[in-house]
Amino acid sequence: MKQVLEGSMAIAGGVKMAEPHVISAYPITPQTHIVEHLSQMVADGDLKAEFIMVESEHSAASVVLGASACGVRTYTATAAQGLLYMEEVVYNIAGMRLPVVITIANRAISAPINIWNDMQDAMAIRDTGAIMLVAENNQEAYDMHIQAFKIAENRDVMLPVIVNVDGFVLTHTFEVVETIDSIEKVREYLPPLNMEYKLDVENPYSFGTIAEPSVYTEARYNLYNAMNFSRNVIIDAAKEFDDMFGRFYGGLTDSYKMDDAQTVIVAMGSVLGTVKDVVDELREAGKKIGVLKVRSFRPFPEEEIVAALKNAKNVIVIEKAICPGKGGILSVEIRDSLFKHKINSVSVNGYTLGLGGRDITPGNIHGLVERAEKEENVDGEFIGLSQQYL
Amino acid sequence: MLTKEETHNELFTMGHTGCSGCAQSMAVKLIMEILGKNTIATSATGCLEVFSTRWPESSWKIPWIHSLFENSAAVASGIEAALKVLGKKEDITVLSQAGDGGTADIGLQSLSGMFERNHDVLYVCYDNGAYMNTGYQRSGLTPLDAFTTTSPSGKVSFGNNRPKKYMPEIAMAHRIPYTAVASAGYPMDLQKKVKKAKSIKGAKYLQVDVPCVPGWKYEPKYSVKLAQLAVQTGLYPLFDAEYEKIISVKKISKKVPVEEYLKLQGRFKHLFKDDAGRAEIEKIQKIADENIERFGLI
Repeated sequence: MKQVLEGSMAIAGGVKMAEPHVISAYPITPQTHIVEHLSQMVADGDLKAEFIMVESEHSAASVVLGASACGVRTYTATAAQGLLYMEEVVYNIAGMRLPVVITIANRAISAPINIWNDMQDAMAIRDTGAIMLVAENNQEAYDMHIQAFKIAENRDVMLPVIVNVDGFVLTHTFEVVETIDSIEKVREYLPPLNMEYKLDVENPYSFGTIAEPSVYTEARYNLYNAMNFSRNVIIDAAKEFDDMFGRFYGGLTDSYKMDDAQTVIVAMGSVLGTVKDVVDELREAGKKIGVLKVRSFRPFPEEEIVAALKNAKNVIVIEKAICPGKGGILSVEIRDSLFKHKINSVSVNGYTLGLGGRDITPGNIHGLVERAEKEENVDGEFIGLSQQYL
Repeated sequence: MLTKEETHNELFTMGHTGCSGCAQSMAVKLIMEILGKNTIATSATGCLEVFSTRWPESSWKIPWIHSLFENSAAVASGIEAALKVLGKKEDITVLSQAGDGGTADIGLQSLSGMFERNHDVLYVCYDNGAYMNTGYQRSGLTPLDAFTTTSPSGKVSFGNNRPKKYMPEIAMAHRIPYTAVASAGYPMDLQKKVKKAKSIKGAKYLQVDVPCVPGWKYEPKYSVKLAQLAVQTGLYPLFDAEYEKIISVKKISKKVPVEEYLKLQGRFKHLFKDDAGRAEIEKIQKIADENIERFGLI
């Protein structure tokens, strides 16, 4: 059924279709609408779940950790400071190989305090061992949450999955979303969670035991391997979703007008809409330009990125987070991927913009395209600074 | 005395690496005897987690989980919620455990949340009065004038300069159905309180005094004696409460001066050097006397 839904409603709707049985959260802008919608669904009896409203994000993640360890499907959502407060637990959930699904309504990190969108929060937790997907629009956000549970619960993955959605830009914006009418069909796509190891009095296991130097590395290696393995699982989950529901947004990446592209813009999340509009214009004007969407940031789609970019001349990477003391983040990983494959003919230019909710305009994108033709390997340079505040 | 077979059947079983004379392991054993096999336990980071679950070994014959230092109560909340969903909550006790630091310092927020939401969880704080697992640093439950490695006695210090935070009253202030204070020195009293806690729905708080051989610096044979002296001096009043109301108090049979308790422990030995130290002992005696008065221990 087609509906006009706020991003948060779409996310809550997608989560509802996955039927999590324990949900826990602590409010933080711009995640609030998601958990408000879910708590209303529970209050109305439309979603049969225990909704635990806790006293902090640390406890929200801990509650779902405990419930997940009992073999129950779980969900939480947060943003920015809340995510940083939760980070210790996210590492723990990943380390204990629990398939929790977490939404991040991406938001800037304080100080100065700013409640608006960028991706610094997500970038700050990129090494936790959680799979990190990024949704482009409300429809993808709805669908990606259903896929997220399927990926997380794969026996050979068993890792938390974080779905990134741009705060306000998606969470508080209404778009047409096609929702799924048949819960049976979703259940067929996403069967009930059946965990091999769980807290069960009939078959007791000890979780979270101390691992000495003789075994710690191996435990981390197993997690690392599971993350690598998840590449195929993410792709399969997207394909299977396409087969059953008729919607597909790419596996780990997606290409837009990439045939013969000499200039490629790489981005994640909602900014892709603006980027594609600009690329349409430039294509009409005869420019060989395309877009590479990074849909999975962790695991990092190295092979796909190299395949997509190896014949390009100029790559423009939209950086919505910074690494002080280095430069960009996504652009650095892309450059590294190309370097590893001995490709040195591509100039990878990372530009920092869209921080703390500042709009990324079509004009900005046009400007980047012009700049990138004259520059080489820009490392996260800031775009559009107001000189008066420096 | 248990037979070898009975020992093997214990739910918190032998083979762990706790210190000889460890009162915490005694308390865990006594608690598990009452709770039985239909129990799921959480542990905060700390001695218990370290000495009972060195992978691939575990002393737990029940499902057990350690997550982090400060979230034992929150993890237990999640387990309880999951059991509700699974329809198993009626048959299973959720036990949440932490030391005094994991309870009264870093874990206080998540514990308060669990109390306020009134999860059907028995929370046990094993109070040995410092961060023993990391090498005897002070916590909010370290008693007045105790030497710890971060509250050392010195030329201008008598050690820890604050009395213990009164954690049981913080629990009671949440108006949870049951709060109890017990001691490894009084196993029957401890087990009676565990039995009662098990029969009550909602959040329960049990704080157990567990002397620590290396942290308190005494001979292992004195663990039980010290736990008993803490009670008999009035320094560790044992009682239980329903909601805000104290319902029973363990009376002191014969009041013992605090000196008898202090002098067996290396962590207080600096108090016995001079008159200034003696004056500090008087302050500790005053704490005991006030407890006796306040709880009607005699």
